[in-house]
Amino acid sequence: MALLLAVLIAAPFLGAYPVLLMKILCFSLFACAFNLLLGYSGLLSFGHAAFFGGAAYVTGYLCKDLGVGPGVGILAGTAFALALGWVFGSLAIRRAGIYFAMITLALAQMMYFVWVQLKLTGGEDGLQGIPRGRLGGIIDLSPDLNLYFFVLAVCAAGFWIVYRAIHSPFGEVLKAIRENEPRAISLGYDVDRVKLLAFTLSAGLAGLAGSTKCLVLQLASLTDVHWHMSGEVVLMTLLGGLGTVFGPVVGAALVVALQNAEAFGRWTLVAQGLIFVVCVLVVRRGIVGELAAFFRRVTHPRKP
Amino acid sequence: MIEIFGVPLQALLGQLLVGLINGSFYAVLSLGLAIIFGLLNIINFTHGAQYMMGAFLAWIGLTKFGLPYWAALVVVPLLVGALGMVIERTMLKRLYHLDHLYGLLLTFGLALVIEGFFFNEYGSSGQSYDVPDALTGGTHLGFIFLPNYRAWVVVASLAVCIATWFLIERSSLGAYLRAGTENPKLLQAFGVNVPLLITLTYGFGVALAAFAGVLAAPVFQVSPDMGAKLIIVVFAVVVIGGMGSILGSIVTGLGLGLIEGLAKVYFPEFSATIIFLIMVIVLLVRPAGLFGRVR
Repeated sequence: MALLLAVLIAAPFLGAYPVLLMKILCFSLFACAFNLLLGYSGLLSFGHAAFFGGAAYVTGYLCKDLGVGPGVGILAGTAFALALGWVFGSLAIRRAGIYFAMITLALAQMMYFVWVQLKLTGGEDGLQGIPRGRLGGIIDLSPDLNLYFFVLAVCAAGFWIVYRAIHSPFGEVLKAIRENEPRAISLGYDVDRVKLLAFTLSAGLAGLAGSTKCLVLQLASLTDVHWHMSGEVVLMTLLGGLGTVFGPVVGAALVVALQNAEAFGRWTLVAQGLIFVVCVLVVRRGIVGELAAFFRRVTHPRKP
Repeated sequence: MIEIFGVPLQALLGQLLVGLINGSFYAVLSLGLAIIFGLLNIINFTHGAQYMMGAFLAWIGLTKFGLPYWAALVVVPLLVGALGMVIERTMLKRLYHLDHLYGLLLTFGLALVIEGFFFNEYGSSGQSYDVPDALTGGTHLGFIFLPNYRAWVVVASLAVCIATWFLIERSSLGAYLRAGTENPKLLQAFGVNVPLLITLTYGFGVALAAFAGVLAAPVFQVSPDMGAKLIIVVFAVVVIGGMGSILGSIVTGLGLGLIEGLAKVYFPEFSATIIFLIMVIVLLVRPAGLFGRVR
């Protein structure tokens, strides 16, 4: 963990392109937030773009049209995502399993149409040239390097929250619900409340990622709220490893790097689909999960 | 000119007709989803892509091979259905012992593959498919001009829905299907080939989607994203109606299509979101859905 942080602090000085790193960081946080829900509570949300892109719109609008600073902008975006997450969560947890996925997808699509119709989002063009501003009115975030350390701090805080949530009694209850919901109920846990809390937390962190990404790329657009985005975060998490701490980070880094290199050109959609199919059929534990299983086999070989 | 709440009668009826057509598609698609869900316990995310494939294969058949509309209406659903059965045999089959979510993720991936393929081959602009000669023109009903093709779409969709209802509720094959939905293990113990039944069911559900696609080809532009847009609305329809009953799917689909048509006239700004809003209200009032059983 400390090693990873050290590498990330040194990375821009070793020639890594800061904007790409920041993009990877933001999507890693997005994927970790999503993993908190799917990997640890077994709730598949197909609507996380609503929180990610919605927060980006709020931050973009505040920073660009109302001249608010980046700190307040990000906080407002995150607060919006938290509130929206609470509303969506309280509706979606009324049904379980695949209905849950369909409901979150439909609610996110509703938000998509709302953003399309609202004048302040700039329609098809989106919000472009969002100013990065000065943090607390003092630190200028326009240079990539300054922004990089700000984004690193924000994302590290986000990861820490996810990590703490997973390794807390709350996280254990989540896992208990995932494994056996009726038993968790019979043990006296208020399952709906725990699920709603997890959903809201995940939505808020997804919003934090979206708001931060909006400052990095200085852009908030319909792409961020489209269902493709919801699918992409599922892909990152699945590819990296469901229910592993670092899996989503690996998955997000791979997917963003591949997109950035335009590795598949116009076949991106097909390639993404194929990765889904291969992950589901062959490597269900994802990259990190499979590696962990491999090391377990090597270090603890089964006795004949 | 007669006006109803400030809207000319003709405009109102025109939008209601569009709503009825959309509703027919909702009904056929949600019916296919419900049949597949009943036996396979998965939500077929590929459904929209398979509907799009139906429309596209009909268009390719007409422009490349001169396949007439009426032949496409039979051949294309069989083709897409067969492809569906291959998918079930080679991929979905391996997931039945796992969490239902994996089926959803797999079919989502397949939908991306299919859509991406058609995007690359045919671009994102829509292709137009001419209305077959026998159904061009329209009928004056005195107060409204009814295009023949649109009337045919509604009639054909309803006929297919009712035929499906009959097949499932009244035939012996349908009895197996219902038994399999209740308890597949017991059915297998009675000597019924359940894996084959599952394959056929998936193929049938997929064929329904492709049939809707062929019907839709002359009404809408044939484009790679036509399925994705529709299927999300159909998911909301399924949540509203519940997947418990066939007649429920039909009634919910048609009803929501009509409501959407009304919204276009009276509250245009809500026309894109009205079905989702209704879903929210239904979730608050009757979480299991209008015709659903809690499961």
